[in-house]
Amino acid sequence: MQIKSRISNNTLYVLICGELDEHSANYTKMTLDELFLKPNFQKIVIDLSELSFMDSTGIGVLIGRYKKMKDKNIPIYICNPSSHAEKIFKMTGLYEIMPKIV
Amino acid sequence: MKYSNFMEVTFKALSINEGFARVCVASFCVQLNPSVDEITDIKTAVSEAVTNCVVHAYPTMAKGDITLRCELEDDVISITVTDKGVGIKDIEKAREPFYTSKPSEERSGMGFTVMESFMDSVDVISNSFGTTVKMTKKIVNAMSEVGC
Repeated sequence: MQIKSRISNNTLYVLICGELDEHSANYTKMTLDELFLKPNFQKIVIDLSELSFMDSTGIGVLIGRYKKMKDKNIPIYICNPSSHAEKIFKMTGLYEIMPKIV
Repeated sequence: MKYSNFMEVTFKALSINEGFARVCVASFCVQLNPSVDEITDIKTAVSEAVTNCVVHAYPTMAKGDITLRCELEDDVISITVTDKGVGIKDIEKAREPFYTSKPSEERSGMGFTVMESFMDSVDVISNSFGTTVKMTKKIVNAMSEVGC
């Protein structure tokens, strides 16, 4: 699991690489929370193009981050999910709180 | 029945073994020539079942075992994930979407729902000596190589 980030046009872009499961969940939570403390962005885009596997643990991780950012009025968007991740997102209604963008 | 095969592996209930369990099942199922989508569905369901054991079965520090068994009969894959942990008190409740017994840990409570969506059948047997989750899936265009 590796997480890369950059800030551009008031947007924090986060690229999650690898497998997101129970084993990598705590690292992912901690890394994202640390990145989300950075200044100078008004929205977050999570790019999943390099995510090779995810189970429902990933949904818990994402919903947890959504709750934290909701208090700060900072929206989170998802981009480039695999068809498999998309199945889980649709099943759980995640896109209702973290819309997919192209 | 024309073709049958099985494998069984036992490992410690540690999260680092989730990836091992997924790869193990995926490698074994390849002999039925499943599609990439089917393999991903199976890997995800196995990951959910193993995660449940890792997170819930052994609440004390002493982590017990998880046994993963995979049986092939013609074009049907049956997977059982068994632990010797504390068991599930209310299986019906545990299977409800979004139900989690650990809401403070940011868990989605969607594990069983994902298993049910990605597999053809999911059965759960649990008592105070442990839990077994049995899942089956038919591979649509299975092409098994009849064993030598």
